[in-house]
Amino acid sequence: MDKTSREKLFACITATSFVLDDLRLYLDTHPNDQEALDYWRKVQRVRNEAVEEYTKCFGPIYSYDVDVSNRWTWVDEPWPWEGRC
Amino acid sequence: MWSYERRLQYPVNIKERNPRLAQVIMSQFGGPDGELAASMRYLSQRYSTKNRKVAGILTDIGTEELAHMEMVCAIVHQLTRDLTPQEIMEGNFERYYVDHTLALWPQSAGGIPFNSCFFQSKGDPITDMIENMAAEQKARTTYDNILRLVHDHDVCEPIKFLRQREINHFQRFGEALRIITDELDSKNFYAVNLDYLPDLRK
Repeated sequence: MDKTSREKLFACITATSFVLDDLRLYLDTHPNDQEALDYWRKVQRVRNEAVEEYTKCFGPIYSYDVDVSNRWTWVDEPWPWEGRC
Repeated sequence: MWSYERRLQYPVNIKERNPRLAQVIMSQFGGPDGELAASMRYLSQRYSTKNRKVAGILTDIGTEELAHMEMVCAIVHQLTRDLTPQEIMEGNFERYYVDHTLALWPQSAGGIPFNSCFFQSKGDPITDMIENMAAEQKARTTYDNILRLVHDHDVCEPIKFLRQREINHFQRFGEALRIITDELDSKNFYAVNLDYLPDLRK
């Protein structure tokens, strides 16, 4: 996968995570809202797939998912606060 | 427990350094209405909160505030990264630089260090929710004040995102307050502490 697909996949993780971040707060005070629960399930599935694909192709977002074959890769990539530029 | 997710909640990619603006924005890290105070406020309040929904809101908003603190720090870091001594002097950044070089340290824009007296954890859910609603409004006003000074699109976008979150959190704390007052017994019309005198629940 190239740089563009990496950016697209990462943007998908950012967007779907944000939907869940906001929905989580709503569901804390509206735990029986079926429409919100359906939305949660739908976005959660897309996010899980995106995180799995990203981790497989470009490295882990969570240190729990570090695949230790021959070296510890968690500290190889730039940190999020460094930005792109 | 908490574990680190290797991403920002909203992207921060700033091309142009601006130490003067960094000095202003750092108030939302360690200032009186900043994200560190917000996170510590909610994560401290939750332990004695007996209502499970309200404790959930405090945990989840308190956690999101940690992510906001990271975004604010990323903005300040990118605005000051690799500043030259000349840029430090021209940007009026020398009084911060002399103590912290280009590191992040929680203080207000005026140099007042972070202090837990910026927030309260009172053990009374009505008191705490009203404190939290006020806190979200104070943070929103601070972001409005920052936005009037920002002309760089790269800085403006994440700040606008953070400002909007203050509004959403205010709404959620408003609902938490309603959930708590719905539990009040009619005999408790003075609304005394529900978590300390549970016999006054409905």
